[in-house]
Amino acid sequence: MSIEYLGLSEINGPLVALEGVQNASFDEIVEITVDEKEKKLGRIVEIYEDKAVIQVFKGTDNISLKNTHTKLSGHPLEIALSPDILGRTFNGIGQPIDGLGEIIPEKKEDVNGKPLNPVTREYPRNYIRTGISAIDGLTTLIRGQKLPIFSGNGLPHDQLAAQIVKQASLGDNSDEEFAIVFAAMGVKYDVANFFRRTFEESGVSSHVVMFLNLANDPVVERLITPKVALTAAEYLAFEKSMHILVILTDMTSFAEAMREVSSSKGEIPSRKGYPGYLYSELATIYERAGIVAGVNGSVTQIPILTMPNDDITHPIPDLTGYITEGQIVLDRAMHGQSIYPPINVLPSLSRLMKDGIGAGYTREDHQDIANQLFSSYAKVGEARNLASVIGEDELSPIDKKYLAFGKAFETEFVGQGAMENRSIIDTLNIGWRLLRMLPKEELDRVDTKILDKYYNAVQES
Amino acid sequence: MTKTGKIFGINGPIIYIKGNTGFKMSEMVYVGKEKLVGEVIGLTSDQTTIQVFEETSGLKPGEEVIATGGALSVTLAPGIITNIFDGIQRPLAEIAKNSGAYISRGISVDSLDTEKLWETHMVIKPNQTVYGGTIIAEVPETSAVVHKVMIPPDLEGVILSVMPDGKYTIKDTIAVLQLEDGSEVNLTMTQVWPIRVPRPTHSRYPASKPLITGQRILDTLFPIAKGGTAAVPGGFGTGKTMTQHQIAKWSDADIIVYIGCGERGNEMTQVLEDFSKLVDPKSGNPLMDRTTLIANTSNMPVAAREASIYTGITLAEYYRDMGYDVAIMADSTSRWAEALRELSGRLEEMPAEEGFPAYLASRLSAFYERAGMMRNLNGTEGSVSIIGAVSPQGGDFSEPVTQNTKRFVRCFWGLDKSLAYARHFPAIHWLTSYSEYLEDLAPWYADNVGSDFVDYRNQIVALLNQESSLMEIVKLIGSDVLPDDQKLILEIARVIRLGFLQQNAFHKEDTCVPLEKQMKMMETILYLYQKCRALVSMGMPMSILKEDSIFEKVIAIKYDVENDALYKFNDYKKAIDVFYDKVIEKNA
Repeated sequence: MSIEYLGLSEINGPLVALEGVQNASFDEIVEITVDEKEKKLGRIVEIYEDKAVIQVFKGTDNISLKNTHTKLSGHPLEIALSPDILGRTFNGIGQPIDGLGEIIPEKKEDVNGKPLNPVTREYPRNYIRTGISAIDGLTTLIRGQKLPIFSGNGLPHDQLAAQIVKQASLGDNSDEEFAIVFAAMGVKYDVANFFRRTFEESGVSSHVVMFLNLANDPVVERLITPKVALTAAEYLAFEKSMHILVILTDMTSFAEAMREVSSSKGEIPSRKGYPGYLYSELATIYERAGIVAGVNGSVTQIPILTMPNDDITHPIPDLTGYITEGQIVLDRAMHGQSIYPPINVLPSLSRLMKDGIGAGYTREDHQDIANQLFSSYAKVGEARNLASVIGEDELSPIDKKYLAFGKAFETEFVGQGAMENRSIIDTLNIGWRLLRMLPKEELDRVDTKILDKYYNAVQES
Repeated sequence: MTKTGKIFGINGPIIYIKGNTGFKMSEMVYVGKEKLVGEVIGLTSDQTTIQVFEETSGLKPGEEVIATGGALSVTLAPGIITNIFDGIQRPLAEIAKNSGAYISRGISVDSLDTEKLWETHMVIKPNQTVYGGTIIAEVPETSAVVHKVMIPPDLEGVILSVMPDGKYTIKDTIAVLQLEDGSEVNLTMTQVWPIRVPRPTHSRYPASKPLITGQRILDTLFPIAKGGTAAVPGGFGTGKTMTQHQIAKWSDADIIVYIGCGERGNEMTQVLEDFSKLVDPKSGNPLMDRTTLIANTSNMPVAAREASIYTGITLAEYYRDMGYDVAIMADSTSRWAEALRELSGRLEEMPAEEGFPAYLASRLSAFYERAGMMRNLNGTEGSVSIIGAVSPQGGDFSEPVTQNTKRFVRCFWGLDKSLAYARHFPAIHWLTSYSEYLEDLAPWYADNVGSDFVDYRNQIVALLNQESSLMEIVKLIGSDVLPDDQKLILEIARVIRLGFLQQNAFHKEDTCVPLEKQMKMMETILYLYQKCRALVSMGMPMSILKEDSIFEKVIAIKYDVENDALYKFNDYKKAIDVFYDKVIEKNA
């Protein structure tokens, strides 16, 4: 018979304090019954002797200092796992909300996870073809990578993520088992619905696990949603040998929730009011991507975050960029010109790309052409700046060629249809076609042999 | 009688004990039933504050805390090289054997293998008087490193007996020492040293030799001395980690200590995989045979991240004491500073700038001052060089960690976002970077590479600076209106940027370049400049000069001249002469 504690000693925002508790442990989950009927879960976030501070997931509405019973569970938050979670929908703390009943657990797992030992990791090398030129060609996604999309409000990051999911899952290795874990933190109903519809339309919904914490759901739940989702992903990947693509949207809401709770705990803020442990918290989420040596599965993460005021130096995108293995940056100016996907390739990067492309993976010229496209497109920016000062007519002939190249690059290489699925060879060939708009001497990043082989050969054909 | 206390409060990685426990400051403690490792960081008469190096979920008030009597220390003995440790020197491979793919809590493993038998060669004799640091035995630790077993720094006396050469574990007694007071000490290969205390040395030497890295922009433009300190600041994606990897791979240090402090797990895996495969060009041994890794990735506990930097430098100092040149890669010191901030916040200390604690500057200086070229206690000469990556928030160098680091390092390799965007790597910007070692090292370069080396280097830097001021004009009115001598400067600066500064880490020849080749490359570029200047002063327009492919040819030297085929440089000189004559002939 477990002890129930009557009443509370303090309520402050999402936090409540309970005195006289015995045997409470740090990070333990408690169940609070309000007025004998409503049940809320909470987590112990601080303990001083017999006083526990509890963070209540469903919010503290209706709670008074007198009307509660609190019961300790004796363990941190756990979720029930079994292969049956595929195709199901859960709320932000892992409880089913699709009316199909509870999961009969094969096992229960602590959602906090444990750090993966670097010695047992396998370095990711297999590329995932997304069919999107700007990604496949210039910021290649690798299986086991964490590659976030840095976006802004009103930009088509959801469409892009949906297109990646659709085209990557129908990829070349369709015989392998894949699944998608989708976690929504504080997103609008429409967004969640858009993803659900996309999964249905592309016929993958039986391979999707959804964890939804929508914009009007309790803020505190959001703090645990990505951890719950990743626990499910790790289970499917490392115990059921599946290749998992995890979409986390929107990480900004997650960080905002952290700031809210931190300030009600009275913690000392560091940058822009975010708590000092923002980096560590983000890291414990993002680092849960990867491949374990000797296991057939993998966890690939595509977190989406909206940069407040499109500012890439804001703490959330900034700290994310330091943890993740690259980033895909969307650009409002390109969106304004109706280019889809509006990927600004210059600040975009894939750190794992270098080891997963080239001869044996994609094609021998891949690294060279990517470097050359980056370098030439960077020069386009310089030519445009000059043109805006002295006018396009006054530009030297070579600068004019760069302007033309820049335009073609944006519309033909980066720009493509929302349903268009390009092969990697197509992508590379489009790259060469565009580079031929520039004189051969300007292509200084390509190995001489490769330049001779592709610059001329493709021209003749 | 060991001192104990009972947990009173828990807040993340910080726990409190009520009452006066009698613990000492910085003492190592075991916390709770699972014996999590912790360290005392605050004492008052009614409260003891402890930081715990492992995840604290599930700890309960009332659980016991046991003092160990000693400070947080590392074990120093053969077996360090090729190993990979976490922030408090627990071997990750052993942890994996015990707990599988994930790191669990409260795992008690020895830092080093205590069973392994090492081939030991004794180098002392009975009745010999020995002091702290005296080398008593030699153990081939890897194909590249001979481990020298030393008397601990605080002991001296007369050797009573010595074991014969043979195979011993790090726990076996290999000699017996009689101290001055007559007591006897059994000497083993093992020493224990607290991580926060620098190991003593005899004296410090001024910087006089460069740490040669094979990276042109570093060796030539902004060299670091052996025993020097350098900071590599840059926003994400600018290539801090690549720069560190390149130095760890190709520098001429004897030992590399690579500290992955709060960084990505996959990066550490990559270092492990790459370094085991790559071969040191000088010795032919695997690079891993001179490397030890400290991995405290960003998702591992934050307090151990704070300790990892000290663990790394203590290991480095130990090998320095044997007379080796050690280089430390600390990637990244910002994560360490943030760990300080995180713990400081939990302790509710008064924050200074940007929430960092006020003692940030003094901690940074104490760390960087542990570098240096030293005369060791045993008379050998060794050095510890520190290359610290800095990850400034938003890539803005005015933030506190970069600024404070700048005060204590003498080499600053500033990485630039726009260079990285254009995939100009290494993205070290030649205008914001500097090295204070240049003057100290000039005599070495003159004696060992060539008397003109520093002069060439200064000419190259001057050309780049002129380019930068000319670019200000070009941005406003375009390059067409510049006079030809200025157009020439732009063209030569382009050759320098593409042909000299840019270096391809994935190209077999270009990834590491010997100093002789760096010197010849500068010489060729400057010769080209000199000849072109002569042509321009004769009134030849740049448009004619640029028709020739000579500029592209010089840019491609880095790929076309192999590192062991420097005789080919003569052909380039001839080609420049031919180009000169041809232009004069055609246009005279």
